Amino acid sequence: MSAWLDILVQGVLLGGLYALFAAGLSLVFGVMRVVNIAHGDFIIAGAYVALAAGTALGGHPVAGALVSMLALGAAGYLLQRLVLQRAIGGGVLRAVLVTFGLSVILRNGLLLVASPDSRRIDAGAIETMGFSLGGGVRVGVFPLLVLALAVGVILALQWLTYRTAFGRSLRAVAEDPDTAGLMGVDAQRVFALAMAIALAIAALAGTCMGIRTTFDPAAGPERLLFGFEAVIVGGLGSLWGTLLGGVCIGVAQGIGAHIDPDLQQLAGHLAFLAILALRPAGLLPRREDA
Amino acid sequence: MSNDAMRPKGHVRAGTVLLLLAVAVLASLPAWGGRRELHLCAEFCCYLALAQLWNLLAGYAGLVSIGQQAFVGVGAYALFLGCVLSPMPPLLGLPLAALAAALVALPAAWLLFRLRGAYFAIGSWAVAETLRLAASQLTVLGGGSGKSLPIGVVHAIASTRGVRDALLFWLSLLVLVGVMAGILWLLRSRTGLALTALRDNPATAASVGIPAGRLKLAVFAGAAAATGLVGALLFLNRLRVAPDAAFDLDWTTNAMFIVVIGGLGSLEGPVLGALFFFACRELFSQHGAAYLVAMGAIAITMMLWAPAGLWGLLRGSRGSSLFDTRRRP
Repeated sequence: MSAWLDILVQGVLLGGLYALFAAGLSLVFGVMRVVNIAHGDFIIAGAYVALAAGTALGGHPVAGALVSMLALGAAGYLLQRLVLQRAIGGGVLRAVLVTFGLSVILRNGLLLVASPDSRRIDAGAIETMGFSLGGGVRVGVFPLLVLALAVGVILALQWLTYRTAFGRSLRAVAEDPDTAGLMGVDAQRVFALAMAIALAIAALAGTCMGIRTTFDPAAGPERLLFGFEAVIVGGLGSLWGTLLGGVCIGVAQGIGAHIDPDLQQLAGHLAFLAILALRPAGLLPRREDA
Repeated sequence: MSNDAMRPKGHVRAGTVLLLLAVAVLASLPAWGGRRELHLCAEFCCYLALAQLWNLLAGYAGLVSIGQQAFVGVGAYALFLGCVLSPMPPLLGLPLAALAAALVALPAAWLLFRLRGAYFAIGSWAVAETLRLAASQLTVLGGGSGKSLPIGVVHAIASTRGVRDALLFWLSLLVLVGVMAGILWLLRSRTGLALTALRDNPATAASVGIPAGRLKLAVFAGAAAATGLVGALLFLNRLRVAPDAAFDLDWTTNAMFIVVIGGLGSLEGPVLGALFFFACRELFSQHGAAYLVAMGAIAITMMLWAPAGLWGLLRGSRGSSLFDTRRRP
């Protein structure tokens, strides 16, 4: 019994990380109707930047995370302005192919500058800190912190979208960029800022992932799939749904790993396919989409 | 298009003669080429067939999939399973592979068609990953590390290595010609017209009574079957199958590069793209990651600044074509 409780708790904590993977993906899709297929590779790139910056700045992972978020945010802004903007409005095909090409470039570019070996970000004592919930269930402080960060990011995104002037332009260009343009909103700038925020979140997610597990240049696509599955399971357009979706995938992976360590990822994918079969709109569909 | 329609038919006929000549020269390769050339050309035929099939889905049916490696893998695994578990002649595994891929494609489509556009693309990738991980659990084929084709089965393909190489090359060429002829036939038919209408304007197409769902399902399953057949051929040539190789994302990545660089939505484009791709690979692939970075950059550049690809640049505004895909009533 307590074994199952442990699986549930660890799955929920892992789900927080998957929600962080998914948040940027969800934001970009919500605003630009574009799925950034390179998102997983940006998460890995974020981890590498945090690792390098953290080491250069005396080994503090928080400093590394901040530098990584700034660097990826700036990269996102420029990328959107210079390249991706051209892919918007050219139909699904163009955006998918351009971001897919970007994913190949990033993955192999990382291989060029970093070795193919697995790396980890050293966060010191917090990695092993934890407390017992009784019944053999132990909660790690860092995984709990990641879950709290995921909730914080979702709250911040909701505040940004619904309570600020920038959020108003964001919703306006998502609805209809042309009309928003007539009202004086610079749609291209809003798109670029949305991409910057999305990639800054990807950098944060990458840093958290790098502290929790090892990563290598080829690990991006898998992160994209976990994030994507969290989005679909939760229901398109719902940030809390994405958190719930991440938790579902995390718990399913935990159950799979409990049966056989080789089944961890397969169980996550199967849970995604089952939800797609039974509840194609996701667990928490946004009302206007339902 | 109207300009094209007024062109003399002789133009198209010259193209046809050129193509038949190319196929004839290729078909005689076992008589004068070495072992390496045979393998390379067999691989070329398979890659081009995969690219043409991906092009049919993305360029004509509006189904942008990044999970076609699922069907390459299913085809390869069906062939190896058939050969390992039963004493059937190995080449009988090829139709079996096509059948298996089509049978997997039907439930996959049932699930994936719930996802729109870009989400369909990533969903198809998730399905391919699921199948890769499931194949890793097949202990009868060596689980995650894979299995070689038993030596008895290898001998059953053909008695000597030379004959086997020639046979597999001819089969690859035959499959390529079959795939291209099949796509050409499809595009010229009523179904092809409906497909293009659906791609260009789904709402209007539906309003004139085109059964969008059924049509897309048929094209998806058909392309999957052919992709499975090519997958089985590729791994019959390699004599060894493993989940990571059979369900490798690279099968789709390469097909995409070939189509995007050559020219999406045409039959000529992928041919040019495949020639370009193999030339680059032979010349530069020793640079590994840098080579792939360059390929990705070329593909993005083409997609954004020359979406009609090399073929579009070559044919210019004259709009000539080797394969006339207009409907023949």
